Amino acid sequence: MEDTRRLEAVFASFEGRQDELIAILQRVQAEFGYLPSEAMRRIARFVGVPESSVYAVATFYTQFRFTPIGRNHIMVCRGTSCHVRGAPRILEVLEKQLGIREGETTPDREYSLETVACIGACGLSPCIMVNKRVEARMSPRKVAQRFGKAAQGERT
Amino acid sequence: MDNSNMTITIDGQPVAAEPGMTILEAALAAGIYIPNLCHHPDLKPVGICRLCMVELDGRGLTLSCMTPVAEGMDVRTESPDIDKVRRVATELLIANHYPDCLACAKNDRCELQRIAAYVGVDQKGLERLRRTERRFEVDRSNPFFDYDPNQCVLCGICVRTCDEIVGVNALDYAFRGFQTVVSTFGNRPIAESTCVSCGECVVRCPVGALVPKDMPRPSREVKTICPYCGVGCSLYLGVRGRRVVSVRGDRESPVNQGRLCVKGRFGYEFVNHPERLTAPLVKRNGRFVEVSWDEALGVVAERLQGYRGDQFAAMASAKCTNEENYVIQKFVRRVMGTNNVDHCARLCHAPSVTGLVQSFGSGAMTYSIGEIQDAASIFAIGTNTTSAHPVLALEIKRAVRRGAQLIVANPKEIDLVRHACLFLQHRPGSDVALMMGMMRVIVDEGLEDKAFVAERCENFEAFRESLSAFGLDFVETTTGVPREKIVQAARIYATRKPGAIFYSMGITQHTHGTDNVLATSNLALLTGNVGRTSSGVNPLRGQNNVQGACDMGALPNVYPGYQKVSDPDVQAKFERAWDGPLSPNPGLALTEMFDAIDQGRLKALYLMGENPALSEADANHAREALEKLEFFVSQDIFLTESNRMAHVVLPAASFAEKDGTFTNTERRVQRVRRAIEPPGQAQPDWWIICQLARRMDVGGFDFSHPSEIMDEIARLTPSYGGISYNRLENGGLQWPCPSADHPGTRYLHAQRFNTPSGKGRFVPLQYRPPAEEVEPQYPLVLTTDRSLYHFHTSTMTRRVEGLEKLDGRELLRIHPDDAQRLGIADGDRVQVRSRRGRIEVQAQVTEICRPGVVSLTFHFWEAPTNVLTHAALDPVAKIPETKVCAVAVEKA
Repeated sequence: MEDTRRLEAVFASFEGRQDELIAILQRVQAEFGYLPSEAMRRIARFVGVPESSVYAVATFYTQFRFTPIGRNHIMVCRGTSCHVRGAPRILEVLEKQLGIREGETTPDREYSLETVACIGACGLSPCIMVNKRVEARMSPRKVAQRFGKAAQGERT
Repeated sequence: MDNSNMTITIDGQPVAAEPGMTILEAALAAGIYIPNLCHHPDLKPVGICRLCMVELDGRGLTLSCMTPVAEGMDVRTESPDIDKVRRVATELLIANHYPDCLACAKNDRCELQRIAAYVGVDQKGLERLRRTERRFEVDRSNPFFDYDPNQCVLCGICVRTCDEIVGVNALDYAFRGFQTVVSTFGNRPIAESTCVSCGECVVRCPVGALVPKDMPRPSREVKTICPYCGVGCSLYLGVRGRRVVSVRGDRESPVNQGRLCVKGRFGYEFVNHPERLTAPLVKRNGRFVEVSWDEALGVVAERLQGYRGDQFAAMASAKCTNEENYVIQKFVRRVMGTNNVDHCARLCHAPSVTGLVQSFGSGAMTYSIGEIQDAASIFAIGTNTTSAHPVLALEIKRAVRRGAQLIVANPKEIDLVRHACLFLQHRPGSDVALMMGMMRVIVDEGLEDKAFVAERCENFEAFRESLSAFGLDFVETTTGVPREKIVQAARIYATRKPGAIFYSMGITQHTHGTDNVLATSNLALLTGNVGRTSSGVNPLRGQNNVQGACDMGALPNVYPGYQKVSDPDVQAKFERAWDGPLSPNPGLALTEMFDAIDQGRLKALYLMGENPALSEADANHAREALEKLEFFVSQDIFLTESNRMAHVVLPAASFAEKDGTFTNTERRVQRVRRAIEPPGQAQPDWWIICQLARRMDVGGFDFSHPSEIMDEIARLTPSYGGISYNRLENGGLQWPCPSADHPGTRYLHAQRFNTPSGKGRFVPLQYRPPAEEVEPQYPLVLTTDRSLYHFHTSTMTRRVEGLEKLDGRELLRIHPDDAQRLGIADGDRVQVRSRRGRIEVQAQVTEICRPGVVSLTFHFWEAPTNVLTHAALDPVAKIPETKVCAVAVEKA
């Protein structure tokens, strides 16, 4: 019910036209941090397009996500500089340590993992970004220490 | 545009083309193959596969599927440039395609194989392109078909079919670029999506991505008619050995144009079901014993001798053929000497007959399915069309795509609402108030068709006076619909012509069902929306042959063709034809039979393919009555909740095992053909009745084939006068078809109405509330509806494993507000009580019901809804009010 109210607050500034779909998706994602299924269903009804079309539009753009974001949002840079200095290996270690794949969130919603094309900090490569803070000159060992099972154990 | 044919040149050959055609269509029509993958004749062209490239005079390469023909065009289908494009496109498709052709269900019917063979694919080219294959899990969630994205070529035919033809939009492209996949909402399994399992995408898929499960190729096919609803879709039954193994829609049929719904396409398994009755059964010491036909018929004939006259009654069947209904009413009248014959039309469209006969003179759908698409406005009230008449609903959706404005009036937010411009969610039973309110607006605003009212109608003044009671304040409070919406609905329907009205059980199953029907006919007369193409009042008939069963006189007051039993001239005509005395007294309506049994007036009952123990309102009463019968015979294809109580049960043939005709909702008489032998000793219903009549020493039952019965029907029934099996071989005929050279009638009342004066009659109406209203002990209104996946009491559909998987249990639909107040959560077991009985079901909390209203189907014997419903009858039509009763709901 609470979610419905938040959603309706977003709808209040729109008319329910089809051409508003992307703007609504953006606002809803800003509100919830992702696009919950039920929200997409209601958006479909609101703008009068099929649910499958809303999903088609939302999946077409990389900006939309379908799982909630974690409290720690990790973005691994895959720009050219980071790539040649070992970004794939860093991603691999992160996936292994967190037990999730790129684009997913840990079940406890602590971490979410994404890749980005380039953070723009090539001089510090390879780098990752955690909650808008750039972490420079990463190595598999460093990320394992920082995000490893042991580190997670300390947290709990 | 010039409508004359034109000529274009393809590879130097002159080819005839029609304006509006594309180059590809003209080529294919002329038998010239141009490789193509995303083209489908039923769909709009999209030009995405790039395979149908041709060279056009001076314009270079162009997509033949997107380019309209023009006079004198010079098209080349072969050139080095074309070949280069085609080859690359083909190789790219194959590179991403799973290569196990021999194991693929579409092997030798695959468009990609055909294209590869035509273009000539180069191994080197493929190797150069082959890259990491994408791997998807095959979606096997739907019981009738599988979806393998690995085989998909992204032509989008399924996506466009689900959009343009079905209007369900369960599928769309998801993700982007190389990741693109045809997907449901949320990439969920198909069975969890909005998919309605009609299989239209499956039949159009050019490759092996969407394929039916377990559908072996048949050794032969037989054209016949679907046994489910009254739409009457034409189909081909595929037979292999002695079994029906497949169904294919008939693209030539004007009714369905090849399209089918989930029941029609996949719901035939019941025919081969092991529980089919295969031998006559006689009850001895409380148990059924298998006996020979000779013995069973002997028992029945001997016992029935003792019940001649009004102590006998028969229930005919809207599932059986015209010929069988004709024979059973003749048997009842001629052999048993009574008019006590009726069938389940009493429970569905009796008010359409009583109502529309008063206003138009004829109780049938006034126009044809093929005309729906040209309507400018459609008013659909009390019909959940997408569930109950799915293929006809496709035509309504098509009309909307073509610009019609759809108004839906229903207590529930049914699926059709998605396609409507206006939704009126009125209270159950307030239909008269709603429509009279609309008519009041029309008259107040002067929007009525004055010329039509003056020239073709009568009794307008009296009717106009009755409108004065329907001020918008009253209408708004009675219906619960905001007045602006009522005004808007009235304006749309009155001004956007032609306007068509569709209705079904939501209108008829009330104690004021006849009034409801009259409200629809008043509305059509007032706006001049009858007697013209694409307009009219269209009752959607429920059973495959309920129109025919009525036409055949399986009704207590009329002979075939609605000739009254009380008319001495008619009586004399049939006495001459059937060579014996007939009763002039109208018989009992089906709903009156149970009271008559209860009171001992009715002692013997003959049941042909009906299941009143589940379908009757106040079903406990009906069941108790059946137990009191002195002699009870039933013929059916299965043992049912009803005939378990019978003394003799005779095994009947299913639709696939007999010849005959069905008459669909648009009055089209269509041929049903025997595809396989009946199981065991089962026999067609007409054969059984004729054998009995002969044993009871009455002549006139010596038919050797149903065509001979039809010849007799044609002789005695004016509206069927021109119908014969010879003519039906070339497609159906719509009655009235009075003579052998008459082409049949597309829409009724074109020149005059069938009433004595020839005019359409306005009938003044008053609002009458439902017989049972809510009160503190029973605070909720229960209304009944239907599931797409089941039919009536589900004797057939629940014996189809896949349908049972898609919808296997009863659900009480309840609004979140009511659920919250009662402490009920989605999925809870709840008890539903009415004054007459109680059942236990699972609750589904949903906003499709309006607050205060709950709904149930009546498909499930485990939760027999009709134990709850009210048997209060419409005084004229004698239909029970199964759409409204008061109930209490609590957690079980």
